[in-house]
Amino acid sequence: MRPTDLTIAGALEALGRRALSAEELTRAHLEAIEALNPRLNALITVTAEQALAQARESDARRTRGEARPLDGIPLAIKDLFCTAGVRTTAASRILHNFVPPYESTVTAQLRRDGAVFLGKANLDEFAMGSSNLTSAFGPVENPWSRRNDPETRLVPGGSSGGSAAAVAARMALGATGTDTGGSIRQPAAFCGIVGIKPTYGRCSRYGIVAFASSLDQAGPFARTVEDCAILLRSMSGHDPKDSTSAEVPVPDFAAACRRGVRGLRIGVPKEYRLDGMPAEIEALWRQGLEWLRAEGAEPVEISLPHTQYALPTYYIVAPAEASSNLARYDGVRYGLRVAAPDSDLRDMYERTRAAGFGQEVKRRIMIGTYVLSAGYYEAYYLKAQKVRALIARDFERAWERVDAILTPATPSAAFAMGERTDDPVTMYLNDVFTVTANLAGLPGLAVPAGLDAEGLPLGLQVIGRPFDEETVFAVGAALERAADFKALPRVRAGA
Amino acid sequence: MSAATYTIEGRTGPWELVIGLEVHAQVISKAKLFSGAATAFGAEPNTQVSFVDAGFPGMLPVINRECVAQAVRTGLGLNAEINLWSRFDRKNYFYADLPQGYQISQYAHPIVGRGAVEIELADGTTRRIGITRLHLEQDAGKSLHDQHPTKTFVDLNRAGIALMEIVSEPDMRSPEEAGAFLAKLRQIMRYLGTCDGNMEEGSLRADVNVSVRRPGEGYRTRCEVKNINSIRFVMQAIEAEARRQIAVWEEGGEVEQETRLFDTARGLTRSMRSKEEAHDYRYFPDPDLPPLVLDPAWVEELRRTLPELPDQRKARYMREFGLPAYDASVLVAEKETAAYFEEVARGRDPKLAANWVMGDLFAALNRTKRTIADPPVSARDLGALLDLITDGTLSGKLAKEVFEAMVETGRPPAAIVEERGLRQVTDAGAIEAAVEKVLAAHADKVAEYKAGKEKLFGFFVGQVMKAMAGKGNPALVNAALKRKLG
Repeated sequence: MRPTDLTIAGALEALGRRALSAEELTRAHLEAIEALNPRLNALITVTAEQALAQARESDARRTRGEARPLDGIPLAIKDLFCTAGVRTTAASRILHNFVPPYESTVTAQLRRDGAVFLGKANLDEFAMGSSNLTSAFGPVENPWSRRNDPETRLVPGGSSGGSAAAVAARMALGATGTDTGGSIRQPAAFCGIVGIKPTYGRCSRYGIVAFASSLDQAGPFARTVEDCAILLRSMSGHDPKDSTSAEVPVPDFAAACRRGVRGLRIGVPKEYRLDGMPAEIEALWRQGLEWLRAEGAEPVEISLPHTQYALPTYYIVAPAEASSNLARYDGVRYGLRVAAPDSDLRDMYERTRAAGFGQEVKRRIMIGTYVLSAGYYEAYYLKAQKVRALIARDFERAWERVDAILTPATPSAAFAMGERTDDPVTMYLNDVFTVTANLAGLPGLAVPAGLDAEGLPLGLQVIGRPFDEETVFAVGAALERAADFKALPRVRAGA
Repeated sequence: MSAATYTIEGRTGPWELVIGLEVHAQVISKAKLFSGAATAFGAEPNTQVSFVDAGFPGMLPVINRECVAQAVRTGLGLNAEINLWSRFDRKNYFYADLPQGYQISQYAHPIVGRGAVEIELADGTTRRIGITRLHLEQDAGKSLHDQHPTKTFVDLNRAGIALMEIVSEPDMRSPEEAGAFLAKLRQIMRYLGTCDGNMEEGSLRADVNVSVRRPGEGYRTRCEVKNINSIRFVMQAIEAEARRQIAVWEEGGEVEQETRLFDTARGLTRSMRSKEEAHDYRYFPDPDLPPLVLDPAWVEELRRTLPELPDQRKARYMREFGLPAYDASVLVAEKETAAYFEEVARGRDPKLAANWVMGDLFAALNRTKRTIADPPVSARDLGALLDLITDGTLSGKLAKEVFEAMVETGRPPAAIVEERGLRQVTDAGAIEAAVEKVLAAHADKVAEYKAGKEKLFGFFVGQVMKAMAGKGNPALVNAALKRKLG
């Protein structure tokens, strides 16, 4: 088996019995990156030298018998995580030259556990998008393509499109992502891999470039549920540097993958049956429930009555927070500065931000500024907060009757790069199944479950109780076993 | 309550003033409100700055519990409600010295609610001034426009330092009351150790809201005069702003609500921005910070360990030491003065101690331009001097001489007494000898005295003291003279 085709669990096992060195494993991935990245554009920055040095250190630790939980596992890091000494751009021109002097907590913990960082993965600018088309460093191409139309380049989803594409194309064994409204789960589904957004507060946000602070949450991508569980364990934990990080123990998520689903009640929210949803997605959803029933779980019809308001609520709350979070990019202290010789402060702000931010980011800053403005605050922001609380309450009520909820991950398979770009609202609809988990702070996992008629992957989403990622992993693993998803993207290492 | 309300006489009659204060007090704390950066004043520019303060990507605020404790202590000192649930909001605006692009502040839910302080006026009357609220917020950095012909320099040392904004009710009716209120706040916070009250360094700044009205009227439109950094300027700014408003009204105009600045050189206020130009700060709850929830037991613990406050201390001085109200007020005015006084008074006659501190010591401070925190004579040495008076070693007159020498040399009184031979003579034999010598030398005067010219007694005392180089114990000299003169 090619090293790039290994799972993380498999690679750890191979490294453990010295059938493979971390350096070999890293080299194989760097070669894949060299071969594929020019086409896919999944990574903005490749840190080959650093990765090899880290891999050699990892091999040395293993030789000394001091191997750590992720020792030698090559990962791609979404370029929203600050990495000390390595340029961190948020895929924005405004941070094109920003080299943080500090490390995000999540990446520091992955390094603590021995992971090797291959480079920084592309994304929608400031994580704002569902297509990876808004990156100032160019779009990412989905390694998958339509069976009957292989020339049409598809989006990998977003915002963590580079992470998802890199893992799907075997350029990395796993990757970090962040998910504010679906930015892990939607690209995971589009790229036929697994991704989980854990409970809000499970992973520290320290050192992650903020988009919408009350919604942002880091999580892993991998090609199996178990691999995601392994990565999430390293990424999780209380961090005193993030006041919203939760002081809860970090369980052995991988062990939960083997629990099975017997006796679990699986909620099926009737409000997630959308008009005009492709029949194959509806069918896959039904199929997923059948698989779980066959494993001993009990499907339960539930109602989440405020679901229809989730998307508008999200597109008020997230831009509002973003408009404030992005105020710091002003050209004064770091990043891009654009000024004319006679510029005053205001002129410098305007020139810097006009040149530094892309269209989608500007759009959201304007929406956010508008909804927080005097006279509109009550009608938009405050109302959205109230609806958000109602959405969270819908779930709280559901948890009285069910242990997990199953929904489709996305309302469609990956779309083509030219499609859906004229109307931002159409693009926003991508998040319709995923934003609720962000608004309610719940864990949500996307797992590939089948292909559409064009041969593109489709995913299912498992939503769980707060801090009950274990049940989510158990259900996800059961779906994975039943789906036995073996399809491969056309563009991948060794293909 | 003062009998007469302060008014300003306009062209058309008398006007009353309505004044409210917003005071920004820098919290005494080793670290900033949301970062571990240090807070030392006067450090090299941009050396007291963390990545959080500088608004770097991905940096998050973490509340400093000590700053919260300081705000609670201050609230308790202002007899105010402590809100066990409060919240931080973001106040959004762009400025070069505001790195995050927003100030974290408690807009909707402050940590401290209603309270009150009592102020004392020059005529001895007191007034209660209501406190509306106290909230915690971050300070901004400093923009320096005078360092370069075309560039502005930014110093972020101050950015993120914890401030308490204390808002009063519009309860003040004269510049004097506003000055007394600010002085009282400063005094309370200095006692509590929550703000050093140093207005020159900007640790305490005030915005004043001023309006005028005809006696008996409701409120008219107010203006805010921002960022005044001394009690004297606060009083001047109020007076100036009130006179300006009176002129506007009397000319048939309308006072517009606006923010103004006080030009200390010209003694006038000038417009900074009108209501229309006011920023839309787009306040919303800071999603990086969960609500601030206080444990009632913790608040009680802070209440229990609160130091004695000036009002309590004044009452104690009057009760325990029998000091008059005025003396007690003067001694408690500054925490350092009270501490000095108490050290001098400990185990001694408190009235004697009070007289010396308020008399000779204050005079010496004035003369040497030193402060009670750095006095020319330590409390210990002054206490020792008092002991020398009490045990009869020094007469009052000699003590003053010794004290002056102490101010000059900084040496303890015993050493000075020893070196200069200023010890009072209490040896009965020596006094008797001096008396006899004086009486012998002035036999004519003795005869006059005996003939009834009794006021000559003072002359004999003076002569004896002169003969003894001023060191004779006055009581013993008197007694000896009385005896000898029959």
